[in-house]
Order: sequence, then C-alpha cells, then structure tokens
Amino acid sequence: MFTLGRQETLTLQKEMLAKHSQIVVKNEKKKRDWGIRFFLIACAIVSVLTTVGIVMVLLFETIGFFQEVSLFSFLTDTKWTPLFIPQHFGILSLLSGSVLITLGASLVALPFGLMTAIYLSEYAHEKVRRTIKPILEVLAGVPTIVYGYFALTFVTPLIRTIFPDTGVFNALSASIVVGIMILPMVASLSEDAMVAVPRSLRDAAYALGATKLEVATKVVVPAGLSGIISSFVLACSRAIGETMIVTIAAGATPKLTLNPLESIQTMTAFIVQVSGGDIEHGSIEYKTIFAVGMTLFLLTLAINVIAQWITRRFKEEY
Amino acid sequence: MSTGNLTRRKIYDRASRIVFLLATMLGVVALGILLYRILSDGLGWLDWQFVTSFASRFPERAGILSALFGSLWIIGITAPIAFILGIGTALYLEEYAKKGWLTNLIQVNINNLAGVPSIVFGILGLGLFVEGFMFGRTILSGALTMALLVLPIIVVASQEAIRSVPQHLRNASYALGASKWQTIRGVVIPAAFPSILTGFILALSRAIGETAPLIVVGAVTFIAFIPSSPLDQFTVLPIQIYSWTSKPQDEFRAIAAAGIIVLLIVLFTLNATAVYLRNKFQKRY
Repeated sequence: MFTLGRQETLTLQKEMLAKHSQIVVKNEKKKRDWGIRFFLIACAIVSVLTTVGIVMVLLFETIGFFQEVSLFSFLTDTKWTPLFIPQHFGILSLLSGSVLITLGASLVALPFGLMTAIYLSEYAHEKVRRTIKPILEVLAGVPTIVYGYFALTFVTPLIRTIFPDTGVFNALSASIVVGIMILPMVASLSEDAMVAVPRSLRDAAYALGATKLEVATKVVVPAGLSGIISSFVLACSRAIGETMIVTIAAGATPKLTLNPLESIQTMTAFIVQVSGGDIEHGSIEYKTIFAVGMTLFLLTLAINVIAQWITRRFKEEY
Repeated sequence: MSTGNLTRRKIYDRASRIVFLLATMLGVVALGILLYRILSDGLGWLDWQFVTSFASRFPERAGILSALFGSLWIIGITAPIAFILGIGTALYLEEYAKKGWLTNLIQVNINNLAGVPSIVFGILGLGLFVEGFMFGRTILSGALTMALLVLPIIVVASQEAIRSVPQHLRNASYALGASKWQTIRGVVIPAAFPSILTGFILALSRAIGETAPLIVVGAVTFIAFIPSSPLDQFTVLPIQIYSWTSKPQDEFRAIAAAGIIVLLIVLFTLNATAVYLRNKFQKRY
C-alpha cells in the first residue's frame, strides 16, 4: 500500500543506525542515569537535613538556655520578663497567650468552616461551588501581615465600639482574625472528607425518607468524621504557629489570663519582638528565642502527628 | 410518622440551608470588607512616587523601592533553589525510590515539615545561615531560609503532578528503547510540568507574602538603598508594611495600606497565572 521513496528509505536507515549506536552507548547512558539518580537522592536528603538542622539548632541553644535557667522554673514560673530586671522565664505566660488565641480562633473557624464545608459539599449547586471555592482559596492566600493590618485597623475599632474598655492591643481581635485566616483550611479539608463519602450512603438515607439536613448531619458528617477532626486539629496547629496577626494585634504583654479583651503575648509574637531588636549573639535574650521556638516546634509537631494518626486510625473504608 | 413531625423536619431542612449559606458567606464577606478597607485606606497614597521612593520618616516622601528590590532579590535566589530541590525530591520519591525505610522517612519528614510554623524556619535560618555559616543578616540567609520553607509545598505539588502521569505513557517510552532518565526527561516531566509550575507559583506567592521568618533572620525595616549583592542587608515588602503598621501615626497606617495594595497586586497576578496555567494545560488521559 505504501511505497517509500528513496529519500524516506535513506532517512529510515539513518534512524535505525542511530538507534543502533544508541544501544552501543547504553552503558554510557546507564552511568549517566546513576549520576542523575544520585543527584535526585541528594535533593531528597535536603529535606531530611532541614529537619535535622531545625532540631540541632533548637537543641544546641536550648541546652545553653537551660544551663542558665532551670527547667522547673521555665515550666512553673508565672512571669515572663526576659527583657527586664528581675528576669523571669515562665513559659506559661506565653503558652497561655497562644492557647487563648487558638481557642478564640477555633470558636470562629471550626463551626463556620464545618458549615461552609457542609454547604459546599451537600447543598450548593455546582456553579455556586465553583464560584465560592476560589474565593475561599484567595482568603487562604492572603498574607498574614495583611490580616494583621485588618485586625488592627478594622476589627479592633469595631470591638472597641462594643466594649469601650478594650485595649488597642487585645486577644479578641487577633483570635477573630486568626479564625478567619484558618477558616478556608477547615472548610476545604472538611469538604474533601465529605466529598469522599460515597453517593450510595446518601442515597440509602434519602430512600428512607431523610431530609437533606438529616443526610448531612447523620450520615455524611459521621462518615467523614476522621477527615473533619484532622482538619480541626491541623487548623489549631496553624493557629498556634501564626505569627504576624498576633504580633500586630494582640500586643506584647505576656500574662496568664483568660480575658480576651486584654493585651497578651504569644510564643510567636515574643520571638518576633526579641529578634526585631538588636540582640547579642550568645546572650540569654538570644537563647530565649530558641527555647521558645523549641516549645513551639514540639507542640505543633505533636499536634500534627496526632492529626496524621487520626486520619490513619479512623479512616473509614467503604 | 405523624404529619406534624414531617412538617417540622421540612422546616428544619429549609432553615438549615439558609444557616449554612450564611455561614459560607462569612468568608466571602470578610474578604470583601478586607479588600474594601485596604483599597479605601491606601488608594489615595498609591502613586508613582510611592513606588520609586525609599523609606522615609516623612509619610509623604515614603516609598517601597528598597522593599520591592529586596523582595525581587529574595525571590530571585529562592525560586531556582526551591525549584530544583523540589522537583528533584519529587522525582526521586515518585520515580526512583523503592518502598523502604529511607523513602518512608523522607515522605513522613516532608509531610511534617509542611506543618512546621514558618517562624521556626526563621529560627533555623538564624541559627544555621546567619550564625552557623556566618552569612550574616543578608539576602542570602533570607533566601536560603525561604527556599527551605517553601520546599515541602513544591515537593507535595510536584509529587501529585508526577503521580497523575499515566503509566502507559512511560511504558510506551520504554518500549521505544528509552532509558529511565530519557523517559522522565522526555515524557514524565513535560506531561507533569503545567501542574508542577502551578504548585511552584503558589509556593512562590507564599514566599513573597511571608514576614515572620525574615524578621527573625534579620531583615531590617529601614533600608535607603537598593541592595546590589546577595551579601547586602535587605528589607522586603511585607516587612516594610509591618514597620508602617506598627507606627502610631494614621498616615503611616494609610501608607501600609498602599504597600498592601502593591503586595496583593503581585500575589493576585501570580495566582491568576497559576489558575490560568492549570486551566490551559489541564489534560485528561
């Protein structure tokens, strides 16, 4: 059917020759493949070295810190005043600040995030879903410095019109805005968990005469619970590690309090405060950064591991 | 089942739709207010003079020139490093690694790194690059810190992209006598590249918006020159905004808003590019 012209035959021959010489250089290629393989392994090792680096750096300076401050007073002292005389190094004041912010943020992000996820996964038309999801993605991509500005210039004045005694820097404003920041994360991860629930479970419930609300709350949410809970846990971890919003809006007053209208300080905000000034390498102020950083690192690591464990342990198989 | 009960259930059902919709609108409304506030605060200060001036004690003379160049320097160094390391790691994990303790360790480690607070990366940069390698409080230290910070994001995105390249494409390449690397270079990377690029751009926009790690590494808030080498001191856009936000005068707050507008324009442009790439090159095999 096809007849090759002389020109085509020649090209074909040339190609075949080229193929042949490729086989001859195969050993050469194999060697190069090993070089590339080695390079790729080296790339992958960098991420492991990053973790090793984090742990080593934190550990090294933290050990130096605990040669000057006893672990006991670090964990039990109720004052944190490393920049004043007399110096106190009680992490509880910073820890309680972080916990207060995280609790407040959870009260905003968890219910609203879950309801958003239910709406998007169960109620919304495809068109609405495709409009709202990108908007939430934008919300997740806004830099935290912008949220900090928003907290200080919009949310705080708003709170002060309702509670006139509120300080310019207060935990409430910061936690509301941290909550808004982590809301898209809760919504998107929870929605993923709900979308993964098979259609047949919903249909079975509808066949029994259940309403949409009943299907959502009694079938879909329980079935996707592991994913939903791990989204909650991850969001809390993000809230504890959040830095700029709390640095700008929550103030720099480490104290043990549950009053959200007061100024507080979180672990992250302290690190920014100290490293923003001129600190001398090797001084006790320098070492506090690492001790607080270590506490933060261990805390978020524990939370993240728990989240991963929940996802694995309670994963429903259909 | 009595009719009364059924009516009540139907009422609940209808009410729930409204409640869930309202909850969903919270995020949308918050974004709207945020953008409106920033535009109304900052738009008046945003002019050519603002973009071409250095930081200043006087609000009417203040600008973002040095911060803009600082951000460019950081991204210019961060991007290639994070790109090569990220894709390299993803290729190794998806194409070469055999199941075993090392692979497992690398994978678990990347997932955990993605959850480490950014400020801890700042502490790593301070301890390792600034003090350990003696790079000082320079662009280089900042950029290396940022590269490590965004690395997990790029790896995870690239892994997903590589995984979605179907096996039969690779087999076709092998059948033609291509070696493993030729297959990866000629088939896998081109097929996965649009998705990899999308993830990469999103990671870069994260790096542009990050503030805290660079404060810890030692970015300075007041720089009145354009940095000319990686070993210069620097400031970046978010840090300039931070320093204005924390000043008490209202004028500086407004200037901060103007800086935020510039930052958001950069980020939205990047994100739009990412979305465009995703839609344009999205392939179904």
